[in-house]
Amino acid sequence: MKIRIIINRDIVTKPILAEAIIETGIPLNIAQAHFDSTTGEIIADIEDTEYRMIKNALVSRGAEVLRLDTPINWDEEECVECGGCISVCPTKVFSMDEEWNLKVDTTKCIQCGTCIEMCPHDALSLDV
Amino acid sequence: MVNKSISEINNRIKDGSVNVVTAEEMVGIVAELGAQGAAREVDVVTTGTFGAMCSSGVFLNFGHAEPPIKMQKVWLNDVEAYTGVAAVDAYIGATQVSETLGMEYGGAHVIEDLIRGNTIDVHAISPGTDCYPRKILDTTLDINDLNQAIMLNPRNAYQKYNAATNSTSQKLYTYMGSLMPNYGNVTYSGAGVLSPLSNDPEYRTIGTGTRIFLGGTQGYIVGQGTQHSSKSGFGTLMLQGDLKEMDAEFVRASTFTGYGVSLYVGMGIPIPILDEKVALATAVSDADIITQVMDYGIPTRDRPVVRGVTYEELRSGSIEIKGREVTTSSLSSFKRSRQIAGILKDWISHGEFFLSQPAERLPSDTVSKPMKQTRGTAMVRDIMAKDVMTIHKNASVFDAAKMIMDVSFNHLPVVTENNILVGIITAWDISKAVAQNTFDLVENIMTRKVITATDTEQVTIAARRLEQHGVSAMPVVDEQHHVIGIITSDDISMLFARRN
Repeated sequence: MKIRIIINRDIVTKPILAEAIIETGIPLNIAQAHFDSTTGEIIADIEDTEYRMIKNALVSRGAEVLRLDTPINWDEEECVECGGCISVCPTKVFSMDEEWNLKVDTTKCIQCGTCIEMCPHDALSLDV
Repeated sequence: MVNKSISEINNRIKDGSVNVVTAEEMVGIVAELGAQGAAREVDVVTTGTFGAMCSSGVFLNFGHAEPPIKMQKVWLNDVEAYTGVAAVDAYIGATQVSETLGMEYGGAHVIEDLIRGNTIDVHAISPGTDCYPRKILDTTLDINDLNQAIMLNPRNAYQKYNAATNSTSQKLYTYMGSLMPNYGNVTYSGAGVLSPLSNDPEYRTIGTGTRIFLGGTQGYIVGQGTQHSSKSGFGTLMLQGDLKEMDAEFVRASTFTGYGVSLYVGMGIPIPILDEKVALATAVSDADIITQVMDYGIPTRDRPVVRGVTYEELRSGSIEIKGREVTTSSLSSFKRSRQIAGILKDWISHGEFFLSQPAERLPSDTVSKPMKQTRGTAMVRDIMAKDVMTIHKNASVFDAAKMIMDVSFNHLPVVTENNILVGIITAWDISKAVAQNTFDLVENIMTRKVITATDTEQVTIAARRLEQHGVSAMPVVDEQHHVIGIITSDDISMLFARRN
């Protein structure tokens, strides 16, 4: 499963991710990380069974942890199946089958939103 | 020798004996039977394409109001339409954007809303004349209330189109979609094997008056499109059709983030197989159609070519650029293109669509010229300050403050011994350092990521970079990163103020 870890600026300089990994022994697979002057955000992949442990370890160190269980929404009415989304997605959510139908594998989605601004037909969205 | 006429083919359509195939199917037929055999067997090859065609729009006639108005300006759902064509005619262009919603809604959306039967708010103004006294008009109407809604697209159906990529370290937002940094992706347009003009590149059967599929109904080719550049294989078409008969399945509004609004148009051309030469041309495959991958990171008219590429390679999902596999994305829908070629095939097979003899063939020797520009285009070197003061990275903050006071420049490029740019320091950086009581070396308080310009760039390009990065000055550097000048937003404002 995918999780979003939010680290606010007061604790951004502390190695809380490394500490949580060492404490739990859970190998977080970081898919995306973004830091700016106000906040840090990390998208990571873990096994479903590891969720509670890693969440506790991170939350006790001041981070916020959210499950990413609502992946990209695909509006098939608006979609014209051009495939523009295919080349901007970092995790290969989108592909074409042999008949040039667009296939959307939402289990791979890390909710980065890159495809949303690529889609010319406003057919992709994320619940906020 | 096979030699068929359009009227012979139309007779076969009438009696139901016509043999129609799509341009995709024709590839295998010619491979199997040869051009002559295929020309004997096949009467019509259908093509289709569905993609973004910015140069599109619709002529509308609203009927006369009481008292009448000569619309000087008109807005449809807040999108301005062109009215310089008599009193109550207007042309709504696909790429015009809403005055209130900006790029989210534009002419293309008005066109799609009209097709869907949705109502449109019309607002018009006029100075008022003796024959047209009304000055303001507001009404709400739908497509059935219009006398005519005639789609007239000045430039559609590009024979083929350049593919796009981005060499820079920043993501670009273009009419070719999002282009990811460092050759992160490639986008392309066009239907390749099904592309209408690529199946008759010598325009032996296509011309003014050719009846076609347009937006789900029958339309016509008006003639060559604007920027028709047949000599280089980039032919275009001007098309017309009745919007009232169209289907929103094949005419769709779109927005390209950071670029604007465009219209996806579905069109297809039937190609009568008059002889083996025509048959051979329709056997063109994705592997035969070559285009170029252009670097959209370079903001110039003649973008550098990264590599040549076939549609077969583009459609395989990835191509190699600089030794790496780069994922490709189509912006046209191949599925819809195929659907259009299939519908056209059905119409002809079922006697619902007859071929027309073009009144005039498309010109085959045209070249699209660049714009003639008569006002000199200012270059960075023309307006940059050349006597730029720089400061060494190991100088003190105090020295920097003193230099800024002495030269009354707000920005000091920071350099090494060899005048190589390593940072920039501003009066603001110094105030901040003073406020924090850090009287340190320049190196420790400077901004390291400097936005720069080159002296051979056009001022317009440099101005856009200033704006995008929210800075007010850029050091001008040569290829070795030596500081050779500085350009500020004041220099640019003065240049444009002088012109106005």
